[in-house]
Amino acid sequence: MAKGRIVVDETLCKGCELCTSVCPKDLIRMAMDRLTPKGYHPAMLVDPDGECTGCAICAVICPDSAITVYRLVPAEKVRTPTA
Amino acid sequence: MAKELLKGNVAFAEAAIRAGCEAYFGYPITPQTEALEHMAKRMPELGRVFLQAESEVAAINMVYGAACAGVRVMSSSSSPGVSLMMEGLSYIAGSEVPAVLVDIMRGGPGLGNIAPSQGDYNQIVKGGGHGDYHPVVLAPASVQELIDFTVEAFDIAEKYLCIVIILADGSLGQMMEPAELPEMKKVRSVKERPNWALTGARDRDPNIITSIYMDPLVEEELNRRLMAKQAKIEANEVRFRELMLDDAEIAVIAFGTSGRVAQSAVKTAREEGIRVGLLRPISLYPYPYERVRQIAGKVKEILVVEMNSGQMLGDVRIGNEGRVPISFYGRQGGVIPLPDEVLEEIRKIQSRINASE
Amino acid sequence: MAEKEWIETLIYTKSGSLTELGTHYCPGCTHGISHRLIAEVIDEMGIREDTIGIAPVGCAVFAYDYFNMDFAEAAHGRAPAMATGLKRVNPDKIVFTYQGDGDLASIGAAEIMHAAGRGENITVIFINNAIYGMTGGQMAPTTLPGQRTTSTPLGRDIEVHGFPLRMCEILSQLDGSAYVVRRSLHNVANIRRAKKAIRQAFEVQRQGLGFSMVELLSSCPTNWGMSADEALTWIEEHMVEAYPLGDYKVSPSIAVTKKDEGR
Ligand SMILES: Cc1ncc(C[n+]2csc(CCOP(=O)(O)OP(=O)(O)O)c2C)c(N)n1
Ligand code: SF4
Ligand code: SF4
Ligand code: SF4
Repeated sequence: MAKGRIVVDETLCKGCELCTSVCPKDLIRMAMDRLTPKGYHPAMLVDPDGECTGCAICAVICPDSAITVYRLVPAEKVRTPTA
Repeated sequence: MAKELLKGNVAFAEAAIRAGCEAYFGYPITPQTEALEHMAKRMPELGRVFLQAESEVAAINMVYGAACAGVRVMSSSSSPGVSLMMEGLSYIAGSEVPAVLVDIMRGGPGLGNIAPSQGDYNQIVKGGGHGDYHPVVLAPASVQELIDFTVEAFDIAEKYLCIVIILADGSLGQMMEPAELPEMKKVRSVKERPNWALTGARDRDPNIITSIYMDPLVEEELNRRLMAKQAKIEANEVRFRELMLDDAEIAVIAFGTSGRVAQSAVKTAREEGIRVGLLRPISLYPYPYERVRQIAGKVKEILVVEMNSGQMLGDVRIGNEGRVPISFYGRQGGVIPLPDEVLEEIRKIQSRINASE
Repeated sequence: MAEKEWIETLIYTKSGSLTELGTHYCPGCTHGISHRLIAEVIDEMGIREDTIGIAPVGCAVFAYDYFNMDFAEAAHGRAPAMATGLKRVNPDKIVFTYQGDGDLASIGAAEIMHAAGRGENITVIFINNAIYGMTGGQMAPTTLPGQRTTSTPLGRDIEVHGFPLRMCEILSQLDGSAYVVRRSLHNVANIRRAKKAIRQAFEVQRQGLGFSMVELLSSCPTNWGMSADEALTWIEEHMVEAYPLGDYKVSPSIAVTKKDEGR
């Protein structure tokens, strides 16, 4: 099972492809079969073997804050956020 | 409060302080520098902001910044410095924040000289910076008026969210006259600042102050709003003083120092039996067109006196609507007309009237 | 041994100091990255409600639509003067300007110089993309010698147009500047360093230590005529050499407070 996953907000993604070039596992592809409302091919996670680590490198380079990153964390390490 | 002997430049600076001005940004230029120097001493004493900017360009943009924070803020300068402020004034107008400026005019064009002049009339009254806007312009003719109008300027600026410019000249700035200063007003606390002010978006949506509207239809909306505001200003803020116009055959129209000179001439002419009166416009925007129209309906001739080549003359012509002949007497380049020179013009008009009868 | 329990946790999402609106920047333009970094720093410092931004004239003219905080829009180059006015009457607020290289180093050269000279307690984020983006790719004061722009179609000729201005080097000479550094946005490691610098700059302001500026080498893929990725490579290969990254001014008082914090 993949340790991480990303969700690309297609209303924000402008298809610049920067995320595709930085993913250490090379897991991001452009969805050539569809266009975003702004008319770009959006980025998408292609991770059949569950390799995404949730490292968030793709999110660090995304100029449009289009990428949300989730990671599986051992329960004992999850701290409930304090106010 | 008792009258004291005050220099014009110091008087308006102190008046601004008492009106609750929290910040002053300026750049030295004769003949208004005493105002900046007074602010330099007084503002820190009171825990308020004084800053000598690197230029008038910077000064007016500092005014813009502080105005966005919702405080009473002003600058003062003289003609060449005011030219540099035109960009900032246009932005302030387009953003609809209140600001007060005093222009102590000097001889020009170019570097000109430091003598009194009224050569900035068109630049100030007709808008000055780019785009469609009008600052409210008040023209004092004495140190007392310089004080009173400065105080009023802050109220008008806040009432209409507009720029108010006090248009005076070097002689008023340098003149010593007995005058009375107002009581010290309390400065607003941060909590009392207007709700549009930039004070940090705590417990409210962010405030944005801008003057760019890429959609022409939206920009047009702003312009329409400015026009509606101007219509209110034109209806409510017209100010003028007049003297012996009731039975006058000749009306002299002059503002500021020219108005003061013309007043002496009018009084002497009256002693000679000439039926002459004076209209001294105080609000140059909004201009007292209606009053000029009424006067033009009663007198036989109008004489306009200015310390320039005839800039307010155009506004008198608009008000006159071609009713009576208008003559112009002006001195330029920093020269103040003498009452005798104006008297001579009045006499000439009187003999013209006599000859035609 | 019991099976370890895993919980899916949110690692990264759009900053709360940004509005929901998508930006008008071209695809891959690093203006977007710098917006993100500023917003994330503001989140982390918990200062959104005390921060007032000033947008420039340039591609970032509508920055106020994207930052979720009080904002004003300045005249071209005048943001430091406007920030001065705002900060002087709001001394307990955090005031920052966001300026391009035309805005800051050309038309606003006097305003930035004197804001730094006064030690104005503001933070400046300076986007150096070696070109005028908004007006369609003309020469900026930071355009490299030989670089083609629409107003230097044969390449910037130093005989005619002179040399690029290095603003960090210049401003760091002024006693009023407390923190003046140059970072780059051309890859992930550098983006992370840039964010740390932005954090430090805002901390400097929060502690009232004086003028702080972070220059960010940025891309303009559109006017450079490159893909987003090629543009980042161009920064690395050409701009970093002309504009060396580093800390040009770190006032001793910053080191002291850092040490104090460590105690
Ligand atoms: C007084 C004035 N002069 C010129 C312009 C036109 N103008 C708009 S943006 C710009 C250059 C912006 O370039 P830069 O500051 O490098 O920002 P970028 O667009 O590259 O982010 C110019 C010259 C203007 N708006 N105002
Ligand atoms: S989180 Fe890391 S591994 Fe997963 S897609 Fe993004 S860059 Fe690749
Ligand atoms: S970096 Fe962001 S905007 Fe660019 S393609 Fe990836 S998700 Fe889309
Ligand atoms: S023109 Fe250049 S600087 Fe402006 S948004 Fe596009 S890529 Fe960015």
